[in-house]
Amino acid sequence: MTTALPDAAIGPVPVVRRRGAAATLHDSWVVAKRNLRRMTRIPEIVVFGLMQPVMFVLLFSYVMGGAIVIPGAPPGHDVYIQYLMAGIFAQTVTFAVAGASAGIAEDMTKGLVDRFRSLPMSRAAVLTGRTLADLVQTAFTVVVLALVALLVGWRIHDGVLNALAAFGLLLMVGYAFSWIGALIGLSVRSPEAATSAGLIWLFPLTFISNAFVPVSSMPGWLQPIAYWNPFSSTVQACRSLFGNQIGPVPDAWPMQHAVLVSIGWSVLITVVFSWLSVRKYRRAAG
Amino acid sequence: MASAIEAENLVKTFGDVRALDGVSLDVPEGTVLGLLGPNGAGKTTAVRVLTTLLQPDSGRAAVAGVDVLKHPNEVRSLIGLSGQYAAVDEYLTGRENLQMVGELYQMSARDAKKRALELLEWFNLSDAMDRTAKTYSGGMRRRLDLAAALVVRPPVMFLDEPTTGLDPRNRLALWEVIETLVEQGTTLLLTTQYLDEADRLAHDIVVVDHGKVIARGSADELKAEIGGERIEVVVHHPDLVPEAVAALTPFAKGDPAVEKNTRRITVPVSGGARVLADAIRELDARSIEIDDIGLRRPTLDDVFLSLTGHATEDEDAADEGGAAAKKGRRGHGKDA
Repeated sequence: MTTALPDAAIGPVPVVRRRGAAATLHDSWVVAKRNLRRMTRIPEIVVFGLMQPVMFVLLFSYVMGGAIVIPGAPPGHDVYIQYLMAGIFAQTVTFAVAGASAGIAEDMTKGLVDRFRSLPMSRAAVLTGRTLADLVQTAFTVVVLALVALLVGWRIHDGVLNALAAFGLLLMVGYAFSWIGALIGLSVRSPEAATSAGLIWLFPLTFISNAFVPVSSMPGWLQPIAYWNPFSSTVQACRSLFGNQIGPVPDAWPMQHAVLVSIGWSVLITVVFSWLSVRKYRRAAG
Repeated sequence: MASAIEAENLVKTFGDVRALDGVSLDVPEGTVLGLLGPNGAGKTTAVRVLTTLLQPDSGRAAVAGVDVLKHPNEVRSLIGLSGQYAAVDEYLTGRENLQMVGELYQMSARDAKKRALELLEWFNLSDAMDRTAKTYSGGMRRRLDLAAALVVRPPVMFLDEPTTGLDPRNRLALWEVIETLVEQGTTLLLTTQYLDEADRLAHDIVVVDHGKVIARGSADELKAEIGGERIEVVVHHPDLVPEAVAALTPFAKGDPAVEKNTRRITVPVSGGARVLADAIRELDARSIEIDDIGLRRPTLDDVFLSLTGHATEDEDAADEGGAAAKKGRRGHGKDA
């Protein structure tokens, strides 16, 4: 180690004064860069994040597709894959919860979070930087998933613009869910617990919905729950925007106004959970 | 001289554990304060409060004249913190780590990059700067962590057990860097479990235990308080103990203590090895056979034995209690 630092070691360094939103944006971007770099250094995380939805596409369409009957359409893989993809896309973006919760839980158990907390940076940036990086990962996953789906017979039937709107909606939902993950990551004691806690409730949420089977095939008492499930609105919105709707859209109100309901839920979840998360982060060690 | 770090009556409790129980500190600009204490004494809690990581239950603190509780973000731009557990991102390279910290200190990307390269060179990490920190040795990580604390050339630095777990060569090198920083005017608060570390680096020492300050002064003052160095002799024949005491009395700077069962005589002295040699010659001249003889210098254990009546090892229970009260997060509970 150099024992004598040059004289330049003393005296203040030039800094840029940023205020309010500009400061939060700048710091969030610096932290997001860090998280994106980490993803390139640990590509396993991205690869395994991709394998799960790809496996679901293949298993559902080839193994179960022949048995699941969509009202108003003949059974079979070619029809079911059209119906299925909106559900798989929506489920995939909600799985951003797991990445955010595990990543933030890991950060909180390491000394690095003390470093962040001792720096003159935005208190929200560690979390926002994480959710922004997750958004990039989600977008990448959705693109690869779309290519795989196209290979096995899925098609867009309602124009590129509507399809892009559907992808935009999916990213919005994914971003909202990564804030739920942030709160989970701050609330559990270990990254391992965060992964389980992040995933376990997603199964009932995504299965008691119109993602994989028509809601009309469920018991009567379960149908309202499935229709009002915020996740169902996202699936219905994407199904319509992709032009993958088979037969009429169900009568339930959230299905008839699926795009609006889906956007509403995303905004609400983002606002509430980012507020709760930032508050919890501020108090985490205090 | 103006105070760079001031704390008044800091209190912080975790459940039943009073981690800080009315701690007051004052570090004049350009000096080094060594905060000494066993595990769980409250050293790290004090550092966490002063670096804005933890809100105290009561009390007041200011760093570089800025109130820690009222203007934490202003304080953060004036301090550098380096801890016991190297706070670097393992999956980023050394260069990326420092650049990120610079940008979060609100430097421009260009200045942060330049500063990172400067620091990497000073800390002999240039060759490893494009490798992820995961591949670094313990000593390299600690250097990278210290470099991160130096990014903005902070006027006030907090080093929490900076050499714990380092080998002697790395420890010495780190001491030299710290000394250079202090020569250049940095004010430093250093926590340590090692008296020799505080002895070498600190102008003033504060000893804490159970969240309370139990002694303060310079290293010499503290040593004097607990009796300085002493000669310990174990005499072979119990009958010869009184004569041995008589032989050693001329060298004594205080009353010799005798443990009859072990035939051990402890004599406070000053003058080091020369006195030891004289004592051996004197005992030899009187043909007093001895089993063991040695010169003992005070250790941190002696400080604690003398100041509190218990040794440092007794503290583990309190430490665990504190860690459990803080939800077991390692980063938060390392030193209640």
